[in-house]
Amino acid sequence: MRFPEYSAPHLAPATSVGLVMRRVVYAVVPGAAVMALLFGWGVLLNMLLAVTTALICEALMLRLRGRPTGPYLRDCSAVLAALLLALALPPLLPWWITVLGVAFGLIFGKHLYGGLGFNPFNPAMVGYVVLLISFPREMTLWPAPAFIGGTGPDLWQTLVYVFSGHFPDQLQFDAISRATPLDEVRVRLGQDESLQAIRGGPAFGTLGAHGWEWINLLFLAGGLWLLRCRVIGWQIPVGVLAGIAVPALLFSLIGPDQYPGAAFHLLAGGAMLGAFFIATDPVSAATTRRGRLYYGLGIGILTWVIRTWGGYPDGIAFAVLLMNMAAPLIDQYTRPRIHGRGSA
Amino acid sequence: MMRSRLFGFPGGLRLPRWKDLSDHAAIMTAPVPDKLIIPLQQHTGDACRPVVAVGDRVSRGDRVGQPPGYYGACIHAASSGTVIALENHPVIGGSAPCVVIRTDGADTWSPCLPPPLDPGNIGTETLIERLWSCGVVGMGGATFPTDIKLAAARAAGVRLLIINGIECEPGITCDDRLIRERAREVVLGTRLFRDCLAVDETLLALEEDRTEARTALEQALADTGETGIRVVSVPARYPSGSERQLIEQLTGREVPSGGLPLDIGMLCQNVGTVAAAWRAVTRGEPVTGRIVTVTGQGVCRPANIEARLGTPLAELIELAGGYTDSAARLVMGGPMMGVSLTTDALPLTKGCNCLLVGDNGDLPAPQPAMPCIRCGACADACPVLLLPQQLHWHALGQNLDSLRSAGLDDCIECGACAVVCPSHIPLVREFRDAKTAIAMRDLERERAERARQRFAFRQQRLERERREAEEQRRRKKEALARASESASGGDDPRKAAIQAAVERARRKRAASRPGHGQSVPTADDERT
Repeated sequence: MRFPEYSAPHLAPATSVGLVMRRVVYAVVPGAAVMALLFGWGVLLNMLLAVTTALICEALMLRLRGRPTGPYLRDCSAVLAALLLALALPPLLPWWITVLGVAFGLIFGKHLYGGLGFNPFNPAMVGYVVLLISFPREMTLWPAPAFIGGTGPDLWQTLVYVFSGHFPDQLQFDAISRATPLDEVRVRLGQDESLQAIRGGPAFGTLGAHGWEWINLLFLAGGLWLLRCRVIGWQIPVGVLAGIAVPALLFSLIGPDQYPGAAFHLLAGGAMLGAFFIATDPVSAATTRRGRLYYGLGIGILTWVIRTWGGYPDGIAFAVLLMNMAAPLIDQYTRPRIHGRGSA
Repeated sequence: MMRSRLFGFPGGLRLPRWKDLSDHAAIMTAPVPDKLIIPLQQHTGDACRPVVAVGDRVSRGDRVGQPPGYYGACIHAASSGTVIALENHPVIGGSAPCVVIRTDGADTWSPCLPPPLDPGNIGTETLIERLWSCGVVGMGGATFPTDIKLAAARAAGVRLLIINGIECEPGITCDDRLIRERAREVVLGTRLFRDCLAVDETLLALEEDRTEARTALEQALADTGETGIRVVSVPARYPSGSERQLIEQLTGREVPSGGLPLDIGMLCQNVGTVAAAWRAVTRGEPVTGRIVTVTGQGVCRPANIEARLGTPLAELIELAGGYTDSAARLVMGGPMMGVSLTTDALPLTKGCNCLLVGDNGDLPAPQPAMPCIRCGACADACPVLLLPQQLHWHALGQNLDSLRSAGLDDCIECGACAVVCPSHIPLVREFRDAKTAIAMRDLERERAERARQRFAFRQQRLERERREAEEQRRRKKEALARASESASGGDDPRKAAIQAAVERARRKRAASRPGHGQSVPTADDERT
């Protein structure tokens, strides 16, 4: 009897890139569902547009690069990047902006660097930052969470607005829009209002901000599930959350009227999505265990700094890209001591 | 000194155990086959030279091969019969010279076996000699000559002796059955090493789910009144049976990179090795067989079989009930570090502890590799704290120096990284290839360096010879001048000038004339 010859180890592999990516997609579902409940059809439409664009771009780029499309489309990495970008976008964004962001992120942020595994920057955040810089007005127009300002636009209204830029039947965007809690705090603090006064408004809840706290808690739950499945390690999320929470806590103790506390920072914006889903993109993150903790801390601290003193309401995307740049250096200096060798 | 706590080791994996397939099967004795094919290399080191000729009658235990130098182990006839060929034969890992014996069925022991020795009263020197003459090697699979290991241990001094009864690879149960059925041999063999090396402490390590083996050992310890050997159970986490990882979890100490356990005063021996040593000492029996586990979803009745070295693997498969319909892969060793075999028409050797026959579910064909996504699962699994994802990166770029500085030489090739890799990158194969490439490059560099030195030396020699020749010519000229001066005395200098001109003309004529007889002296003339 003849047998094929392969190199060791012979044991069946326990996992695959596709499985890892799909698990992250599953984990994002609860948070995304609550987001859709709060902000309406636009969230789902964004996700649909982004994923479709991602699949088309991915297939196109793989074809152009002469790579097999089947296995690389099945790895789901493009779908995941598109979903994460879609969740970061305002729900009533003109369709072409969403398409542009996803296409730029995947083509310029991923494939031009060599595709899966070779991109130094997080493709979703590349797309997001390009949009944020190019279309600052559109990118900061969020509708009010549905259960605060009544019901939002229905599916038809959403479709018409996203694809034409106008609501049918005289519905005005201003009527349903509201600054995000982070934005509101930043602007009103800039006008020397006290935090006490700002937080009395309807946009703010007990923990962070109305609606947003639920989104964040469900992203947290999804992230904890990923931790339990060992899809991600604890180092990056803990680093990010600590990096945001510790300075927030310290400053809010010093100046409780100028600096929002840790709970607000963790639950009012994109902290949980960023910490568990975006910063944990392994390709562009640091890869040593200790390095990942530093990487996460860096993202957290930068996020808090940008939110507090920067020109943008949220800073996760910039923080992630900045730390992407630092990842190779972090890896260089956090190599573990090899077994049987002296220190360092 | 009693230790109760374990120290663990970084990384590692919980693997499926597959032990229940075969750990209930008592060791069965394989019949002696009609033909034994005994490879002349069954150990690390130099291949043996045959010491028998075609047509020779041999008995079981007769030496048929002897290593040419120090680094090797003797090979013995595994049964009685006639040597019918000395030829190359396919073996595990390629093709190698073998002694082929047609057995006579009598299976008589050699009359000239070494005499039994008193194990309680044996000097280290005698033990080393006996291990050498009986061809005892590391039976856990490493097949390092035990006598050399012991000689080094005696020279270095050993404080802690660890007898390794851990089979961390899925499926392998030959040591488990050995311990359960022959615990006494294991204990007495352990005592033999301990007494010879005068160690402070002796540990016998098992995995914690091997409860029957533990019971058997404790019984044997009680029966023999032995109190100086302690049985320690370690968690069943791969690769806990690897020498370095075993030492780390038992003692918390690390074997230095590139060093040996002896460097920190420790010695590890496999349970099969000490049992073989015990037989060699008390019965004068050379290693002529071993216990091998035949297991996996691809054999009908997984078994532990004691078979003669040189038995075709196919016969062992038959003893295990033959292949099932789903048999798809044949592996010598475990599924993590074993060697893939293309055929079962190979002889059993000293290092073959397991034949694993897998189906497509357990041991599937490798899947196409995707790019590394730097998830770090490999680094989490690495027991020596390497960063396989970085090594992979350097390997892709053929960056041998970076590979080396990133610790490639410390890789024990356990396969943990490759099994957890979601991109299915054949990391171990890459690292092995890179190690080969580095070795080749080093060899090439060494060769180039030698060639360079040789060239420089030659240039130097030519220069020296040229200078010497010049010197000689100068001296000859002077002597000639002096001689002609003294010979011609007060003669007319014109006469001498004419004489010289005649001489020159004669030489020129000789040089221009074609003819072999003349050309030789001319050349000589020119050289001097």
